[in-house]
Amino acid sequence: MRKSLMRGALRGLPILAGLLMLSGCDAVLFDPKGPIGESEKSLILTATYLMLVVVIPVIFMTLWFAWRYRDTKQSKATYTPNWAHSTKIEIVVWGIPCLIILALGILTWKSTHELDPRAEIVDGGEPIEVQVVSMDWKWLFIYPEQGIATVNELAMPVDRQVRFHITSDTVMNSFFVPQLGSQIYAMAGMENRLHLIGSEVGTYDGISASYSGAGFADMHFKAHVMSEGDFDAWIEKARGSSKVLDDAGLAALKEPSEDVAPTFYGQVKPNLYEQIMAPYMDGMELGMSDDQMRHMKKGGMHHDSAEDGMSDHDASGHAESAMATEE
Amino acid sequence: MLGKLTLEAIPYHEPIIMIVLAAVILGGAALVGFITVKKKWAYLWNEWFTSVDHKKIGMMYIIVALVMLIRGFSDAIMMRSQQMLASSGGQGYLPPDHYDQIFTAHGVIMIFFVAMPLVIGLINVVVPLQIGARDVAFPFLNSLSFWLFVVGALLVNISLGLGEFAKTGWLAYPPLSGANYSPGVGVDYWIWSLQISGVGTLLTGVNFIATILKMRAPGMSLMKMPVFTWTALCANVLIVAAFPILTATIAMLTLDRYLDFHFFTNDLGGNMMMYVNLIWAWGHPEVYILVLPVFGVFSEVIATFSKKKLFGYTSLVWATLVITVLSFIVWLHHYFTMGAGADVNAFFGIATMIISIPTGVKIFNWLFTMYRGRVEMTSPVLWTLGFIVTFTIGGMTGVLLAVPGANYVLHNSLFLIAHFHNVIIGGVVFGAMAGITYWFPKATGFMLCEKWGKRSFWFWITGFYLAFMPLYILGFMGMTRRLQHVDNPLWVPYLVVAFIGAVLILIGIACTVIQIAVSIKNRKQLQDTTGDIWGGRTLEWSTTSPAPFYNFAHEPQVSELDEFWEMKERGIEQEAKKPYAPIHMPRNAAAGVIISAFSLVFGFALIWHIWWMAVVGLVGMIATFIVRSFNYDIDYYVSVEEVERVEREGRERRALPSARTPNDTVVQG
Repeated sequence: MRKSLMRGALRGLPILAGLLMLSGCDAVLFDPKGPIGESEKSLILTATYLMLVVVIPVIFMTLWFAWRYRDTKQSKATYTPNWAHSTKIEIVVWGIPCLIILALGILTWKSTHELDPRAEIVDGGEPIEVQVVSMDWKWLFIYPEQGIATVNELAMPVDRQVRFHITSDTVMNSFFVPQLGSQIYAMAGMENRLHLIGSEVGTYDGISASYSGAGFADMHFKAHVMSEGDFDAWIEKARGSSKVLDDAGLAALKEPSEDVAPTFYGQVKPNLYEQIMAPYMDGMELGMSDDQMRHMKKGGMHHDSAEDGMSDHDASGHAESAMATEE
Repeated sequence: MLGKLTLEAIPYHEPIIMIVLAAVILGGAALVGFITVKKKWAYLWNEWFTSVDHKKIGMMYIIVALVMLIRGFSDAIMMRSQQMLASSGGQGYLPPDHYDQIFTAHGVIMIFFVAMPLVIGLINVVVPLQIGARDVAFPFLNSLSFWLFVVGALLVNISLGLGEFAKTGWLAYPPLSGANYSPGVGVDYWIWSLQISGVGTLLTGVNFIATILKMRAPGMSLMKMPVFTWTALCANVLIVAAFPILTATIAMLTLDRYLDFHFFTNDLGGNMMMYVNLIWAWGHPEVYILVLPVFGVFSEVIATFSKKKLFGYTSLVWATLVITVLSFIVWLHHYFTMGAGADVNAFFGIATMIISIPTGVKIFNWLFTMYRGRVEMTSPVLWTLGFIVTFTIGGMTGVLLAVPGANYVLHNSLFLIAHFHNVIIGGVVFGAMAGITYWFPKATGFMLCEKWGKRSFWFWITGFYLAFMPLYILGFMGMTRRLQHVDNPLWVPYLVVAFIGAVLILIGIACTVIQIAVSIKNRKQLQDTTGDIWGGRTLEWSTTSPAPFYNFAHEPQVSELDEFWEMKERGIEQEAKKPYAPIHMPRNAAAGVIISAFSLVFGFALIWHIWWMAVVGLVGMIATFIVRSFNYDIDYYVSVEEVERVEREGRERRALPSARTPNDTVVQG
């Protein structure tokens, strides 16, 4: 019985390893295409190995003790019914987890600061700005420097960091391109920032990683990492689109829609991103009367007036003050 | 007149729901008919519904939990089959409107109406017996708690046939759960079922803290309390500290939805991040409310069946206390991806990891309890061994998720789903199964059939690994949670395996149902006449099985940890010679049922905006409570003759053959 148990376990091991390796080929998180994803992959592996130091012995001891000390009539194993304390064992069972958690804690403190989504990536080059808006149920990407916008298609030049400014025009979503690394929430009236680099030319899946309602399952996009030249050509292609993202265009986008095909906008109304955020920040729903506005302000809203908040810098300032409550 | 309620609220167009409804109505009618024909209504009302006996209330909690487990599991297998079918272009058989309700209902039911009542049910049955008390501190409140919980469960089930349930995920994050994005009654069902049952849970917390602190047998100092009682105490402290947060948070969401407040809306100064913080400030302690008591179960089971003192009692108690405190400072790890700064994320990540230290210590304590013991492979031990192995893996993936850098890619993925099922199934479900099997003879007087119990275990554990290991892998493959359909062909094989796992779990559940049925049928052969069927160590095993309604004829005197074990070493006999005294007991109360019935009316009316009916419900609740508080005939004394009669029957019973005696090593049945 004992031998067959061991043999069974031994036979199981290669199957388990094979399963993990098999998944290794398809597992996007183990096949990152940028430095952030790369760090996160190695962080996952390091932390796992550290924990296996204690997890494997525990599992082994569980099965071994249960087997060794099982109750049979002819059991020859030692039996000490009143033995219930050992300072040595106590020191070991408190000490070893403490040491592992100490190591993990240091790793955590360092890696969390290194992987801070808001921190610019060292050596990542001059960042390209992309404004990301989650909508029902699609992603709007605005390239403010290039003056174009797209829906459900993202392009970024290879080996150059992109600074994503992320907000929502609806409920909360999470902006995530698994192979590039970190996700971050998109929330209305607030801006989150995320810095990512794609270091290999290719097309990667992008998703919303936070459930947002009926059309959620189709709320994905393609992220194209392309050469500098291809990126410029992509921008030109977008500029060639006759569609204009102005107030009317935005109103059309605000209508819920599902499984939306990639769309290009050759022109974007300036400061559209700030315009999308503003109503959630100052209570200035566009249709609201001046009276209501004044009432709101008297009511002790802490934000600056929207007129001041229209520049790019100030808008993110708002968001950061909102995020500050989080910290 | 009827608010938003019209005939349109019945989902005629959903054949699945209509078939289920028809089955429920027919089954319900058959049950009602059966009870009527057998003339059992008076018996049920007098002996069960209005009972304030903690053992009966505990059993009712567990029965409702098992029924709700079947409901929650139906949701689970529908989700698994939908994701399997709706892959690579297919749409499956559940449209988003229905699928989104199912995953919400699954989470809500499994946490609030399965895991919670299993744990609270066990606490009810066991704790007063373990501390040598005759009932809980507030027996009527206990009955009220139970019935308020039942109302919550009823509301969730009513939503199936009348209206809809929330489509928001089990924690109903705003703004999605706000009136703008969820105008239907689904979120309102969610709100009122949780509010009403939540009040019941809070009362349970108060009740058991008072019971454990004030009603222990003389001599039982805190450090002589059985470990299960310790963990129950800590869980109830957590309930009292955490549930008011849930109540207040949901109350604010209610104001947002009903009275156009803006606590959590996108606009007009609302901030949904506040909701997320608050709900997890409750939600994380909730995890420990569930898992601490099952840690207690495993501690009792492993010591009894290893026939050995629990290793490191003091260290185990301190580990429990440390977890209790730490569980309140880790809530932010549920949303590292919200955008908090690196310092904040790192702090909460490390705080979370620190919890794994006392948890790890507990696991070692159980291991060293088996070490140099005589471990008997009964089904509670199998559940315990399955738990240790499974929970260790779940703990590891949990610590991994607590590293913010890893969490940035694993958050909300199926890896997360696999992790928490790993700890909740491997911990709470296995623990509840171990606890139910272990204490079943004490509550009913006969043991559960071991053969079917072991079958259930093997199906559950194989099913669990098949169902959830693929989900870990799918998480690494980039699959996120709550997808009504998927379109990545690489994921399909894993979804198929996960579905097969779910089917095996279904067989495991079926084995449990069969186990209970077979055991009831064979209760004569399975009877425990000794009162101490497993060779127990704590006071509950010193009285007869089933325990008399007053638990103990003589108040136990405690001088040791594992008092009953020591008592057996000393020889029990002198106890029986002492003269009996009248026993002070609480009377049955109908008020708990009536108040809860009014709360059902109240909740239902608010869900459908039937204001007059809400007033009726509210006034009814308050009036019943006032009437009840003027009732001074709430207790009585059991006469010495009655005690003598019951005890004599107990002694006579001891002479009958028992399915097992404390010294048996071979389990029959």
